[in-house]
Amino acid sequence: MPEIKVTPLGAGQDVGRSCILVSIGGKNIMLDCGMHMGYNDDRRFPDFSYITQNGRLTDFLDCVIISHFHLDHCGALPYMSEMVGYDGPIYMTHPTKAICPILLEDFRKITVDKKGETNFFTSQMIKDCMKKVIPLNLHQTVQVDDELEIKAYYAGHVLGAAMVHIKVGSESVVYTGDYNMTPDRHLGAAWIDKCRPDILISESTYATTIRDSKRCRERDFLKKVHESIERGGKVLIPVFALGRAQELCILLETFWERMNLKAPIYFSTGLTEKANHYYKLFITWTNQKIRKTFVQRNMFEFKHIKAFDRSYADNPGPMVVFATPGMLHAGQSLQIFKKWAGNEKNMVIMPGYCVQGTIGHKILNGQRKLEMEGRATLDVKLQVEYMSFSAHADAKGIMQLIRMAEPRNMLLVHGEAVKMEFLKGKIEQEFSIDCYMPANGETTTVTTNPSVPVDISLNLLKREMGLGGPLPDPKKPRTMHGTLIMKENSLKLVSSEQALKELGLNEHQLRFTCHVQLQDPHSDADTLHRIYTHLKSVLKGYTIQHLPDGTVIVESIVIKVSSSAEDSNTKVLLLSWSYQVKTWTLFLYIRGLPMQSKPDSSANHLVIESLF
Amino acid sequence: MAAHLKKRVYEEFSKVVQIPHEETPAKKLRLSKPSKSAALHIDLCKATNSTDALQYLLQFARKPVEAESVEGVVRILLEHYYKETDNSVRLKIASLLGLLSKTQGFSPDCIVDDAINTLSNEKSHQVLAQLLDTLLVIGTQLPESPALRLRLVEVAYKHLSDTYFGVRNKCLQLLGCLGMVDAPVGKENEGPGTSLGGLRDVQSIISDYFGDQDPRVRTAALKAMLQLHERGMKIHQIIYDQACRLLTDDYEQVRSAAVQMVWVLSQLYPESIVPIPSSNEEIRLVDDAFGKISHMVSDGSWMVRVQAAKTLGSMLQVSPHFLEQTLDKKLMSDLRRKRTAHERAKELFASGEFSSGRKWADDAPKEKLDTNTVNLIASGACGAFVHGLEDEMFEVRIAAVEALCHLARSSPSFAEKCLDFLVDMFNDEIEEVRLQSIHVLREISTHITLREDQLDTVLAVLEDSSRDIREALHELLCYTNVSTKECIQLALLELLKNLNKYPTDRNSVWKCLKFLGSRHPTLVLPLVPELLSTHPYFDTPEPDMDDPAYIAVLVLVFNAAKSCPTMPALFSDHTFRHYAYLRDSLSHLVPPLRLPGRKQVYGLDSVDSGPGSGSVESAQLFLQQSLNRVSTIQNLEASGAQDLLDLTIRDLQRLGELQTELAGAADFCATYLRCQLLLMKALQEKLWNMAVPLCLKQNVTATAAAQQILEETYKLEFLYSGLESRQVATIHHVRLQAKALQLVLTARTRQGLDLLIGSCERFLQDVESFQRLFLTELPHLQDSFVDKLLELMPRLSSCKPVELVKILQTTLRQSGLLQLRLPEQIHRATATIIEPTGESDNPLRFTSGLVVALDIDATLEHVQDPQNTVKVQVLYPDGQSHVIHPKPGDFRKPGPHRHRLITQVYLSHTAWTEPSQIEVRLLLAYSSSSTSLTSPSKLGWSESLESLPPAEAAVEGTIPFSKAVKVFIMPKPARR
Repeated sequence: MPEIKVTPLGAGQDVGRSCILVSIGGKNIMLDCGMHMGYNDDRRFPDFSYITQNGRLTDFLDCVIISHFHLDHCGALPYMSEMVGYDGPIYMTHPTKAICPILLEDFRKITVDKKGETNFFTSQMIKDCMKKVIPLNLHQTVQVDDELEIKAYYAGHVLGAAMVHIKVGSESVVYTGDYNMTPDRHLGAAWIDKCRPDILISESTYATTIRDSKRCRERDFLKKVHESIERGGKVLIPVFALGRAQELCILLETFWERMNLKAPIYFSTGLTEKANHYYKLFITWTNQKIRKTFVQRNMFEFKHIKAFDRSYADNPGPMVVFATPGMLHAGQSLQIFKKWAGNEKNMVIMPGYCVQGTIGHKILNGQRKLEMEGRATLDVKLQVEYMSFSAHADAKGIMQLIRMAEPRNMLLVHGEAVKMEFLKGKIEQEFSIDCYMPANGETTTVTTNPSVPVDISLNLLKREMGLGGPLPDPKKPRTMHGTLIMKENSLKLVSSEQALKELGLNEHQLRFTCHVQLQDPHSDADTLHRIYTHLKSVLKGYTIQHLPDGTVIVESIVIKVSSSAEDSNTKVLLLSWSYQVKTWTLFLYIRGLPMQSKPDSSANHLVIESLF
Repeated sequence: MAAHLKKRVYEEFSKVVQIPHEETPAKKLRLSKPSKSAALHIDLCKATNSTDALQYLLQFARKPVEAESVEGVVRILLEHYYKETDNSVRLKIASLLGLLSKTQGFSPDCIVDDAINTLSNEKSHQVLAQLLDTLLVIGTQLPESPALRLRLVEVAYKHLSDTYFGVRNKCLQLLGCLGMVDAPVGKENEGPGTSLGGLRDVQSIISDYFGDQDPRVRTAALKAMLQLHERGMKIHQIIYDQACRLLTDDYEQVRSAAVQMVWVLSQLYPESIVPIPSSNEEIRLVDDAFGKISHMVSDGSWMVRVQAAKTLGSMLQVSPHFLEQTLDKKLMSDLRRKRTAHERAKELFASGEFSSGRKWADDAPKEKLDTNTVNLIASGACGAFVHGLEDEMFEVRIAAVEALCHLARSSPSFAEKCLDFLVDMFNDEIEEVRLQSIHVLREISTHITLREDQLDTVLAVLEDSSRDIREALHELLCYTNVSTKECIQLALLELLKNLNKYPTDRNSVWKCLKFLGSRHPTLVLPLVPELLSTHPYFDTPEPDMDDPAYIAVLVLVFNAAKSCPTMPALFSDHTFRHYAYLRDSLSHLVPPLRLPGRKQVYGLDSVDSGPGSGSVESAQLFLQQSLNRVSTIQNLEASGAQDLLDLTIRDLQRLGELQTELAGAADFCATYLRCQLLLMKALQEKLWNMAVPLCLKQNVTATAAAQQILEETYKLEFLYSGLESRQVATIHHVRLQAKALQLVLTARTRQGLDLLIGSCERFLQDVESFQRLFLTELPHLQDSFVDKLLELMPRLSSCKPVELVKILQTTLRQSGLLQLRLPEQIHRATATIIEPTGESDNPLRFTSGLVVALDIDATLEHVQDPQNTVKVQVLYPDGQSHVIHPKPGDFRKPGPHRHRLITQVYLSHTAWTEPSQIEVRLLLAYSSSSTSLTSPSKLGWSESLESLPPAEAAVEGTIPFSKAVKVFIMPKPARR
C-alpha cells in the first residue's frame, strides 16, 4: 500500500522552529523552515543532517514551502539554502516573499551585529536565498513537477499567511501553517474548500482554549485607550513590528476617525514603516472592509498615525505611542516606559504574551518597583493593562477547519504535547478519524488507499451501460465484466475478447465436474429420467433437455448417471459445468430429489477438476 | 392542418409581394404590420449560412411584433426550424418562440402542439433545454388549462432521464411550475418509454433528483420543490430527511437551497417529532431544523451563511431552550473554565463594584474542566449567533443582527440575553452594521432594561462622527429603560459631551432628554439639586439661558417634573423664570407643569393642559360645525356671506394652530374656503354691470384673484396627503371655475377673436377631461357649476365663443358653493429647515466663479415620494434663482410620514462688494399628469412610448412649502 510519511524536524509537540518533512507519492517536501526563539545554539535551527549527512539537500528534497513570514516559520531558510545547500524551488506567497527578507535581515543584524555571533548567514545569502523563491497566488495550482502540485489557501493570521494543499496523484496533504478562523480588523478568516486530504497537518497552539469574542476585547482596548486619552494621559503600546501592530493601528485609526479624536498617535520608525508599505500594497490579502474601501482610501495610509521621534516622548498632552519591542525588554519601548512610568495618568497596554524575566512580565504580575541596571529602582505608577490579541485558531476554530476540509487523518504540530493530547481525543471522538501528534524526529506513517485511474474502452462501457437503465444509479455501485490489462505503466479495462486478441492468446474452456452419490434402486436410465422430470418441475423457465445419449442438459450443465461398481443401488451423478454457471443452486435442487435415501453426506464431496 | 397553415403563411407572404408593385405609399403604411413575418421569412430564406440566419434572427428579436402577427411569425420560425441543421440557429429560434409567446394579447395555446412536436425530434441537448424553457413560458402564460399542463408535465417526465444536466434542470423547473397541486399526476401516463412509475406524485419524482450526480440538477430539484410549496402544495414530511442530507452537499448552491427547503418544512411541520440519530431521544422538528440551520451559520460559503442567518430569524416557534443555545459559548483556557467578558461584567455589576477590568489576569481561568464535558464542535444550535456576529462578511453580520431582532421581539427572555451581543455590535467596523444594530436594539428596547455597564458601552458611541449613528442612538435612548440614577447621570453627561462636540445635534439631544426625563421621573428626582446646581445655603449664580447644555438639563428636569409633583419644590427662582421662557420658546420640548404658588403660570397652563384627549373630539366637532355653517351661505346676502367666510377662515386657522392633530384638516378647509371667498369677490355684482372700458381697474383684481385661486387649488391638491377622490374632484371643480372666470375676463378685455377661440377650446377640453376623470364622483356634484355645464355641453360645443362666455358668466354666478366633505386623515406637507439656521452673521466667503457647498438639513413631514418631488431653491439677491434636485440618497426616513433631507447645495456667483443674503427654501414639485394617470399603462416589448397620445397638457409647477432661510454669503473676486 502507498504511504505518506510525515516527520517533524521542529514544531513536533513544540512551538517554534517549524519544519516538517513530508514524503508523499515518492516526493519529499519540506514545509516551513523556521528557527527557535528560545535557543542561541545549534538547536535554534532544525537538524538538517536528518535528511542527509553530507552533501546538498537538493537531491533529497523536491521543494520547500514557507507558510508565512514569522521567523519561527522561515528563520532558518537562508541557513538551509545557502549554508547547508539547497538549490531547488522554494515556494511562498507574494506578501511573504516581500516581507520575509526584511525580517531575516533584522534577525541577522541582531544576532551578528549586536550579539557578535560569527558563522551566521550574511545579507548576500539572504538575497541569494530569496532568488530561489517562486511566488504563489491564492487558489493558484502550481505544478512543481509533472506529478507534484501545490495550491495555496488563505489562512488569516498575518499578511500573506497561507495554507497549502499538496497533491501527488490522488494522494494529498494539507499543511495549515498558522491560521486564524476568526476575522480581525485587517485580515479575514482562514478558508479551505472540501478537498478531503489524506492528512491535515494543523497547528494547535490553542488546543485547549476557546476564546471570547473578539469584539469584547477590541471594545475593552478602545475604551481603555480612550479613557486614558480623555484624562490627558499618555498611552504606550509595546508591539512587535509586524502583524498585531498593524491590526492595532487600524483599530485605533478607525476609532479616531469615528470618534473625531485629535490626540496624536505615533508609530516607532524603522522596520515598521517599511512593512506598512507592503500592507498598503497587498490589499487583496486583507479583509472585506479594507478591500472594499481601498479605492476611496487605503486604510493603511494612516491619517492619524505619524512617525515617532525620540523627542516627542516629552511633549505635553495626551498621545498614543506604538513602540517596539513587545516585551519591554530593550529598545525604544523600554526607554519610553521609563519616562512615563512615574505618572499615574499614563498607561501601558501589553497586547501579547511576555516571556518570564522581561519587564513586561514583571509589571503584568503587579510588580510596582522595578530594579533597573545599576542600583536605580523605578516606581511604576502608571496603569498596566493586558490585552490579548492573538491570531491563532482556538480549539473550536481547529475543529471548524477539520469540518471544512474533511481530512481522512489528522496530524497536530506547533503546540504543547499535553494540550495536543486533549484535542486529539476530541478529534477522534467527534470525527472518528485517526489523529497523530509526532514528536520531533518521529515519523508518522499513514497508509493511503488511493484510487487508481483506469482507462476503459468505450465499447465495453456502452455495452455494460446498455444492460440496465439509461442512467446509472448513483446510489448503487455496479459490477461489470472485463479484463484489466497492465501494460507499460498504464491500466486498461477492456472486454475479454479484446484482451485475448491484444495479447494474442487462445481462449480456453474451463469446466468443473462433480460427482454426487445417490441411493436409488432404479436403473440408470430411470434415475436419469426421474432427475429430468424433477428438474423440469422445479426449474421452470430454464431449458432442460433429455438427450438420447443418456445425458440431461440444463442450460450448459451436463448431468450423467452411472451406477457405481460395487453397489448397483448407488448411483453416481456426474455434473459438469462451465465456470460461469452457479452450480450450487442446481446441486441443492438435486439434493431435494424425492429419493428414498438421502445422499451420503460423507460421500458428498465436490470434485473440481479442470479439463486440461 | 399543416397544409392549411402553410397556405396562411403564403397568403401573408403574397400580400407583401404585391405592395411594391402597387407602389402606393398610403397602403404601404396600412399593411406594414403583417409584413413583419413575411420580411422575416424573406430574410431567413436569403440566409445562406447559419451565421447569416443567426444575424437576421438577432435583428428580428430587437424589433417589436404586434399581437396579431405573432402567430404568423411563429409559423415561419417553426418552418425554418425544421429545415435548419445548425444547433445555434435552432436554439435562437426556440428562444424566440418563448419570447414571442410572452407577447401581450397573444394566446400561445395554438403553438403548444408544434413546440411539443419539435421536442420529440430534437437531438441537440442544448436546443432541447431551450425548447423546454419555451414550453415553460407557454405553460405559465396559460394557467387555466389543466389539460395543457398535464401534457407539459408528461413531456417533462419523459425528458427527465436525459443525460444533459440542462434538460433535466428545465424539466424539474417545469414540474415545479406546472406540476399539479391537488391530484397526483401521471395517471394517464401510459407511454411505453416512461420508466417512471405511473402513479407517483410530483414530489417523489422531484425528490428522486435530490441525489442526482450534477449539483445543478440537485439545486433545480430543490428549487422545483420550493416552487411547489409556493404554489400551495403541501410538501410531505419525508422530504425533510432528504433535505437535511443535502445540507452537507459539496456545492454551495445546493446547500443554500437545502437551507430554504429545511426551513419550509420546519414551518409546515413544526410540532412533529423526529428522532436524534445515535440516541433514543426525540425532539420537535422545528428544533431539529433550527439546530441544523444554526450549524450552517459556520458554513464555508458566505452565501450559505447569509441564507442560514436570515432563515434563523423567521423560526419563531423554536423552543426557548434551543434559542438560548445560539448565544451560548463556553470559554476555556488550558482546559479551565473561563468566564466570558459578558459574564464578568455582569458579576462586577452585581457585586456593586464599578468598572474595573484593569487587573492583569482578572480573566484568569477558574475551575478545571472535565475533558469529557467540553463540547468543541457545537452540536445543534450552539453558538450560532456568536459565530454569525463575528463573521468576516458584513452581509452575514447584518443578517445575523436582523435575525436576532426578529427572535428577540417574540421572546423577551431572549431579548435580555442577546443584549450584550447587540451592544458589542455597536463597535463593528462597518457603519451599516453599527446602524443596523442600533435600530434593532431600539426595536426590542421595550423588553429590556440596560445595566450600567451596558449603557456605558452604548453611550460611548455618542461620539461617533457619523450623524446617522448619533441620531439613531438618540432615538434609541428615547426608548430605553435604565435601572439606576447613575445611569441617568451617565447618559446626561455623555449627551452633554456629545452636544459640546457636535453642536448641530442640539435638537436631537434635547428631544432625547425629553423622553429620558419623562420615562424616569423617579430616577431624576434625586439628581435635581445636582443638575440645577442648587445649594441648601448659598445662592448659586444664574446659569446662562442661551447655553444649549443648560437647556438640555432643564428639558430633562422639566419632563421628569411633569409626573413628579414634588420636584418643583427643589427649583430655585430663576428656574421658574426659565421654565416660563422655555415653555414659550420650546413648547414642543417642555411640557406644561403644575407649579404651586405661581399663579399666573398655573392659570395660563391650565388652559392648555386642561383638555386631554377629549379636546381633539371637540375640535373636530367645531371644525365640522364651521363647515356646516358655511354651507348655509347660499341663503345669505353677498356681503354677509363674505363676512361669514372671513370669520370661518380665521377660526379655522386658529384651530389649526391650537390643535396640531387637526392642523392639516383645518388648513385644508381654510384654503378651500379662501378660494371660494376669492371667487365670490371676483364675481361681485358691480363688476359685471359696468361697461368694459370702465371696469378695467376692477378687472385687474379679478384676474389676480383667478390666478390666485388656480395656485391655491394646486396647493390643495398636492400639498395635502390623505385626500380621497371626492376631495380631488372638489378641488378640480374649483379650478374649473377659476378657469371659467379667466376665460370670461379675457373675453371682456381682449378683442382678439382667435385668441378667444383657442382658449374656449381649451376650456371645453378641460371640462371633458374633468368628466372623464371623475365619472364616479359626478353624482356627488349635483347642482354644481360642472353639473350645469355638462347639461349644456351639446350646446356649448357648437356655439360661438361669445355665446359661450355669456353662458359661462351666468352659470358661474348662479352656481353655489360646493359642500366640502372632510376626509378621515388629512395632513399638510411641511418642511422645516434646521440648518442653516439663518442666525449666523459670519458670511460664507468664497472665490467668485468657484463653488461653495452649503449644508442643508431639513425635516419633511407627510411628503409622499420626496425623492422625486422635493427640491431646493436658492434665491440670490439679484433675483436669480436656482432649483437644485437633491440626490435620492440624501433622503432618510427616520419614521413614518417623516423624512429627513441632509444634503449639500452648491452656490456660486460673481463677485460682490458686500456680503449679502441669499434665500434658501424647499419646493414641492408637482405635475398634474402624474396624478391623472393613476395606472401608467404597461408597455409591452412591442410598444414604444411615442405611440402614446399626449394624455393631457400636463401642468407642472412648484409650491414652496418651507420658510425661507437667509444665509450670508460673500463671493470675492479671484486674486490674480
